[in-house]
Amino acid sequence: MLSLRDLSKSFGGVVAVDRVTLEVRAGEVHALIGPNGAGKTTLIHQVSGSLPADTGQILFEERDITRLAAHERVRAGLARSYQVTSLFRRFSVLDNLALAVQARSGSSFSFWRPLAAERALFDEARDIAARINLTRVDIPAASLSHGEQRALEVGLALATRPKLVLLDEPMAGMGLEESKRMIDLVRRVRESVTVLLVEHDMDAVFRLADRISVMVNGRLIATGAPEAIRRNEEVRRAYLGDELAA
Amino acid sequence: MRILLVALVAAAFPWAMHALGQDFYTSFATRVLIYAMAAASLNLVLGYGGMVSFGHAAFFGAGAYIVAILAAEGITSLWIAWPVAVAVAALAALVIGAISLRTRGVYFIMITLAFAQMMYYVFVSLKAYGGDDGLSLPGRSSIGLGVSLSNDFVWYYIVLALLALVLFLLHRLLHARFGRVIEAIRENETRATAIGYPVYRYQLLCFVISGAVAGLAGALIVNQTSYAGPTLLHWVQSGTLMIMVILGGVGRFWGGPIGAAVLLVLEEVFSASPLLGPYALHWQLPVGLILLAVVLFAPQGLAGALAKRSQ
Repeated sequence: MLSLRDLSKSFGGVVAVDRVTLEVRAGEVHALIGPNGAGKTTLIHQVSGSLPADTGQILFEERDITRLAAHERVRAGLARSYQVTSLFRRFSVLDNLALAVQARSGSSFSFWRPLAAERALFDEARDIAARINLTRVDIPAASLSHGEQRALEVGLALATRPKLVLLDEPMAGMGLEESKRMIDLVRRVRESVTVLLVEHDMDAVFRLADRISVMVNGRLIATGAPEAIRRNEEVRRAYLGDELAA
Repeated sequence: MRILLVALVAAAFPWAMHALGQDFYTSFATRVLIYAMAAASLNLVLGYGGMVSFGHAAFFGAGAYIVAILAAEGITSLWIAWPVAVAVAALAALVIGAISLRTRGVYFIMITLAFAQMMYYVFVSLKAYGGDDGLSLPGRSSIGLGVSLSNDFVWYYIVLALLALVLFLLHRLLHARFGRVIEAIRENETRATAIGYPVYRYQLLCFVISGAVAGLAGALIVNQTSYAGPTLLHWVQSGTLMIMVILGGVGRFWGGPIGAAVLLVLEEVFSASPLLGPYALHWQLPVGLILLAVVLFAPQGLAGALAKRSQ
């Protein structure tokens, strides 16, 4: 569904992403793991279109999207969430979601009809809020708890009705209980959407992923089923260490 | 309720002044209404769109100059001159916006300022149209239909009606899909892109609409003062409009009009000799102190403070 071919990105002399070739299959949860500074987030930025690729190609459903603008990729069905929560903080939860629904339903170059009269937008926003377990929809996004903000972060991506969603460390900064809820949420998401998941929480990764790719120093050193990755010598040496050897 | 009251006062104002024998104030009020429109246009980009344009005088001045130049060439009909003024201002906003919106933050402020100053020097060097001295208008635009705008009474109501129309349209726009998107871009541009909005296009259109409205205000101000000079395009003019918006309330619907009214009234009060005598020459000082107080104690501007009180 998503193929990266020889994708590279350098910042000055530093190679952040080094000829990465990766295939995300339709319907799977594909986890991308690696130590800090491995280039995972840079790769996500390239796939979502917020950073241009130096070389290489990005194909989405067999279509070359390497030169497509970020907003056009969203239209094509490729949405993302952010590692550092990025919401419309002063807007209510419902307005946040309705805004994302609005982006893909009809033109927003509309200057006359009151937004408040567009019931369909808000009905759908309510549905999504229910899907991500947010009940307090009329309060500003900024006053949600950290866990709720992370859920809304994912909800905003879902509201664009993506075919594939890039989740950049959805569990970042979460406690045990919140992480569990996020794992449940990702499980529900994957029923209808392909997921490329960047995550540091190994417990979550091994619970959720169908396949795992490991990135170290900008390079992809292994891709495979969780068990194979767990046993892979190179991965252990480079990253997992002894914590998973037991 | 409150808006009805404002409308009533605005509608009755010339009659009241006439009854009091103070017709001068009708003309002053007309000036306030025109600046209210210009400030509202700036508030659209600055307050709602989060684009800090420091060159709004370019569009205001362009609108004014177009009307004056057309009049000098013998075209005085409002039905031609005003739409041309609006169109030229919109076109200027399209060109300036298309380039400036590729930058952000301080660079955006500086580049809009630079463009406006360039326009200023263009008009200063236009010797055919007055150059440094500017261009005076032989009379107000002609409207036909047996009505004359040279009557200050009629003129006041024309300006009031146009301001009401502009504010009504802005209100519709801000509460429609478009308004929500430009506010969302102000709040979080990255996220707006990530949910599928072509940010640049929305910002550019917002900038053009704002420029067009400022152009209309410019067409009105030249009719008000019968004179178009380079000072209309000077950066001090851009600064004045910005002060009006900040005073009234950035991103507050009534911010522009309230700021324009308060600033012009303060200027009028403190620059008139009866109050300060010989010190009236330095009217900027008390006005500056008041502005400072507003920024410190009512950071959301006067409109924000009013809204808080009525809650």
